[in-house]
Amino acid sequence: MTIDSVRGAPDSPQLAEPELVQLLTPEGERVEHPDYPLDLSAEEVRDLYRDLVIVRRIDLEAVALTRQGELGLWASLLGQEAAQIGSGRALSEHDMVFPTYREHGVAWCRDVEPLKLLGLFRGVNHGGWDPAEHGFHLYTIVIGSQTLHAAGYAMGIQRDGVLGTPSAGATIAYFGDGATSQGDVNESFVFASVFNAPIVFFCQNNQWAISEPLERQSRIPLYKRAQGFGFPGLRVDGNDVFACLAVTRKALENARTGQGPTLVEAYTYRMGAHTTTDDPTRYRLKAEEEAWKLKDPIERVKAYLVRNDLADAGFFEKVEDEAKQLAKELREGCRAMPDPKPLSMFENVYAERHPLMTEEQEQFAAYLASFEEESK
Amino acid sequence: MTTLTLGKALNEGLRKAMENDPKVLMMGEDVGKLGGVFRITDGLQKDFGEERVIDTPLAESGIIGTAIGLALRGYRPVCEIQFDGFVFPAADQIITQLAKMRMRSLGKLSLPVVVRIPCGGGIGAVEHHSESPEAYFTHTAGLRVVTCSNPLDAFSMIQQSIASPDPVIFFEPKRRYWDKADVDIDSTEWTPLHRAQVVRPGEHVTVLAYGPSVKTCLEAAAAAGEEGRSLEVIDLRSLNPLDIGTVTESVNRTGRCVVVHEAPVYNGFGAELAARITEKCFYRLESPVLRVGGFSTPYPPSRLEDDYLPDLDRILDAVDRTFAW
Repeated sequence: MTIDSVRGAPDSPQLAEPELVQLLTPEGERVEHPDYPLDLSAEEVRDLYRDLVIVRRIDLEAVALTRQGELGLWASLLGQEAAQIGSGRALSEHDMVFPTYREHGVAWCRDVEPLKLLGLFRGVNHGGWDPAEHGFHLYTIVIGSQTLHAAGYAMGIQRDGVLGTPSAGATIAYFGDGATSQGDVNESFVFASVFNAPIVFFCQNNQWAISEPLERQSRIPLYKRAQGFGFPGLRVDGNDVFACLAVTRKALENARTGQGPTLVEAYTYRMGAHTTTDDPTRYRLKAEEEAWKLKDPIERVKAYLVRNDLADAGFFEKVEDEAKQLAKELREGCRAMPDPKPLSMFENVYAERHPLMTEEQEQFAAYLASFEEESK
Repeated sequence: MTTLTLGKALNEGLRKAMENDPKVLMMGEDVGKLGGVFRITDGLQKDFGEERVIDTPLAESGIIGTAIGLALRGYRPVCEIQFDGFVFPAADQIITQLAKMRMRSLGKLSLPVVVRIPCGGGIGAVEHHSESPEAYFTHTAGLRVVTCSNPLDAFSMIQQSIASPDPVIFFEPKRRYWDKADVDIDSTEWTPLHRAQVVRPGEHVTVLAYGPSVKTCLEAAAAAGEEGRSLEVIDLRSLNPLDIGTVTESVNRTGRCVVVHEAPVYNGFGAELAARITEKCFYRLESPVLRVGGFSTPYPPSRLEDDYLPDLDRILDAVDRTFAW
């Protein structure tokens, strides 16, 4: 093997077919894994299917709203529904989520009203929900920053002395493959490890950091990084909602009972563009997208439901209708979302009175009022 | 009254804050057994335990980032950055997260985090150990930025900063850590955190300073007094927010103003002061607001720091120049 001095080895181990935890094949066949037994009722499977369909529909609607000029930007989760719903449905009420800006599916699991996700992308606020109410922190845009917040929050849970009790919670930090190159992510691994903090690092490896492929971030499979930091790491089929649910459940339970952090690498694919301003045709092949389409996270659950006679046509129709209705409400809600008042930008910068905020707000109010005077 | 060094006054202030609120945590590099490289957290881990006085991994961004998480969980972390020049790895977490999270959350989240930073030169240190990075942080909305110049302020201001629901960047003048004064550690009748203080009244020129420069300015004022020139020295104490009222009241009386800080003059905090004073005191000014500070170079090797740092003579030279207009 020759090594290119600039680009490194042409065949990095990363390119090999990964060893991963899988409980549902792309064809919809249930397979068992010794470490991750999972017993789901028909209703639970149907609920997961409903979640998957709905978050995909919400996502498609947001993309459409961007095309129509209603949103300034959207980061699509297309292809990553199973990773998000599987991990999101593993959460308990005491857990705390620290998402990136793409975790619309996890937000759904945490009962954040979809319309509230749009505020940031429409430009009417920087984050419109109450993190404490939902156990779901605000979207963080700077890559990897939130992993440290999650580690710190987990250190707080430790200090509250609740680990191992029924009110124990864990934190889960979401990030992507690109983020694993960030210092903050590596620092959060160190903090979580040395303090044995109750945290799950949930990396959605969607193969692309905008235009840069995984090979530009790592020469080894990402989950193997955990070993170097001193906690377990594993790779799961990120398009398999069952497997994502099972591995995250176990990792969270380990964290809540004081067994420390786990790195879960959900091996998936970003089917769409990085955001609505991106153009993937400039840097990746259509054939790659086509290959991943065959591993679709929703189709395999549908196949499983049909194959095992767990749902009929009426069920699928009902879910479609519900998703359609939600999309309609999202569309209407988005269009009706009012712009914030200009003077509101001075609010909430500080908790306590700040003379500069007061001064500039008053000056700007007087300036705005001067136009009203003129027009009278 | 107890005679305390500025460093010990900070230590006593931190101890009071930890006693008064079990949610107050100390975190940083070497803050535990060692008590910090300047011993500001001396004895705190012994008395409050490792859960509350946390020796962190050697990662500044990690310190601030995890402090944010702890604050979200209801704690009040006090982070020590070991030296001014080491705050930059944490600058991202401070500027993009700590400062902005309250507005991002529409006021739902509070981050009562204090970042303590020993600052300034004059101790013969190697590179990155003598800087004055305050302007980077005063320029960042969402942060409060304060600095103490004497033991009493050190004792009171650190406690007030910890009590603040907003993030506070707390600069400690490292070469003044060993200055002594009497402090009543049982009193809580303190000057408000964001109030400037006239530390020497005068008539002819207003001299504005903060942190380590206050003492130098007081010495300059004493020397000027011997020559019959009366300088009013104001310790700003708080840089964001700025107590502009105390400043303009003085400048409107004296008609002259000199600003002194260790940071480079170009785009330094003095520029903001000069602009605001010019706007608010324009008709009372007898001369432009002059600035004395570090040169617009990186901080020089320590053998040159006496040339770089504003000293008594350079301050008096600027005072003289205000009379030359």
